[in-house]
Order: sequence, then C-alpha cells, then structure tokens
Amino acid sequence: MKYSDPYLAGIALGLVLLAAFVFAGRGLGASGAFATTASGAVAAVAPDYAKAHPYFGRYAAQPGGPWRDWLLFELAGVFVGGFVSARLAGRFKRTVERGAGTTVRSRLLLAGAGGSVMGVGAALARGCTSGQALTGGALLSVGSWGFMLMAFAGAYAVAPALRRVWR
Amino acid sequence: MMDLAIAFVIGVAFGAALERAGLGSARKLVGQFYLTDLTVFKVMFTAIVTAMLGTFWLARLGVIDLSQVYVPETFLAPQIAGGLVFGAGFALAGLCPGTSCVASASGRGDGLAVVGGMFTGVLITGLAFPLVRQFYDADGGRVWTLPQLLHLPYGVVVGLVVLVALAGFVLAGKIERRAPSTF
Repeated sequence: MKYSDPYLAGIALGLVLLAAFVFAGRGLGASGAFATTASGAVAAVAPDYAKAHPYFGRYAAQPGGPWRDWLLFELAGVFVGGFVSARLAGRFKRTVERGAGTTVRSRLLLAGAGGSVMGVGAALARGCTSGQALTGGALLSVGSWGFMLMAFAGAYAVAPALRRVWR
Repeated sequence: MMDLAIAFVIGVAFGAALERAGLGSARKLVGQFYLTDLTVFKVMFTAIVTAMLGTFWLARLGVIDLSQVYVPETFLAPQIAGGLVFGAGFALAGLCPGTSCVASASGRGDGLAVVGGMFTGVLITGLAFPLVRQFYDADGGRVWTLPQLLHLPYGVVVGLVVLVALAGFVLAGKIERRAPSTF
C-alpha cells in the first residue's frame, strides 16, 4: 500500500504533538526513553553508583523509579502504533533495508554504529529529532532550532560518503 | 497511572503517524540526504507548523496556559555540537531514534540495530559523563525562544516560520521534480 501524502501525515503528526502539549503539558520524545532505560539498567547492576551518578542519577531519581518514566511508556506506544499501522497497511516485512550492493552484515554494522553516534549526540544535546527538533521546534526554542539545523548539516556532510550503501 | 496511559496512547498515535508517512523505512528516509525524496522535511515541517499554530491559537483563545507547557531549555554549545554528531549518526544509520523504533516494529532488522546502537551510545556517554559534564552544562540552560532572540512578538515569529516553511515546501517540490529517481 502506498504511503500517506507527506503533508497529511505531517498534519497528523503535528496534531499528535499538539495533543501531547495540551493533555500532558510536554511534547514528544524518543532518546530520553533510551537514557531512562540505560539508567534503569545501570541502577539494576550498581544501584549506589547509579544513584550518585550525575547523568544516570537524574533519570533513576524520578518518582516511581526509571521504569515509570513518561517517555518510556510513550516509546512503548510508538512500537505498538508502528507495528499496527504497518500490519494494517501490509507493510510489515522481515528484512534489512539496504542497497543492492550492500551486504546485510555491513548494513547492520553501519546501522549499529550510526545508532551509537546518534546516542552520543542526543545525550549531549538533551534530545533528538523528536524531543528537540519537533517539540522544541514547535515551541520556538532557540537551542532546539540550533540542534535541528546542525543535525541536518551533520547529515549532509556525511551522507555523500555513504551513497553506495543505498545503491 | 493516568499520565502513563496518556503517554502510551500518544505514543501509539506518534508511531502510527510516522509509519503512515513512510518514515519507518530507512531507504525512504535517506532520500532526504540525497535530495531524491524530501518526505522527512515535508513531514517534519508540516508537523512543526501545525503544532506551533495550534499552540499559538489555543493559548491566545485561553484554552491552554502556555506556562504549563514544558519548553526544552537552551544549552547552546552542547546542542550545536550534539546536533552535528547526531546528524552524522543519522546519515550513517538512515533512521533517527523515533523512526528506528517504527522500523523495528515493522520488521526491519536495521531498525533494531539502530535501537541497540542508540542504547549503547547513550550508555557510553553516561559512563564517560565526568569527562563531558562541564560541556554538557555549559551556558547554564534557560528557556530561550526565537521571539526573545529576535525581539519580535510571538505571533510575528509564528508567521515568519509559516512563511519559511511554505517557501521550503515549494523548493522541496522543485528539487524532487529535478531529482533522478535513484541515487
């Protein structure tokens, strides 16, 4: 099945973001849930270290502990919503997306490496495309717009070297 | 409990909207970086404009109290540097954190690899935090908005963002029409 018109999908996404502002008093996010998960994992292994830690401590110290985090439940919803939508549209497919000349192994390595680099960037910036670009973008935060412009700049700087991955 | 139920429902809608737009597919997403498919730009900026206009008008009509909405604080230096690093990772991965979850949920193994990588990257940054802490907290952090930066009223900036986005949509259409079908 064909994807939705990008402008209609964008309006839908914008209304979801607006609903988050109105009903939760906050925007959307993704990387924050990874930070909470990492903090929860560290706290499970070394509770005292996590509690005293300047980064993990902030996430682990939430009321109810790291596993009752708002973004964690939101991101669980993202998995469910993505799964149901893909199933309904007949787009669920067990595959590894890549160019014809790229092996599964090298695509997975690149994806893992790219994810790690994004993790570092998102941790430094306190958010990602969701929490900074979309949420802070709509609320006209200067830092969020700075993040968004630099993220595109970084991507356009690196992308030419990776063109053959997708050929 | 109620707030977590709301979080889950909003997440479901978020994931579905991304999937409908085609952003659970790395192949479609990277078209943005090779200027063959500007779906990322169109979806993102339509969403930003929609939510921005909705927030502005709901606040103006007194339906919502803007002071009750959490605005991400600005820490300019780490956000600029983090943005650059993030963008490089985005081009490598072909997916961003949110869309990697949608890709995973729709069966894509590369999505799962990005999810695993994200977790690792955040964990490494946390473990190395003493090294970056000073930079992380540089600038102190404050709510700083474009209207404050530009010394313009909120409504004027909202209008300007709409105009820039509309110009961007026209340009995106032109770029796509000129682009080769493959890259």
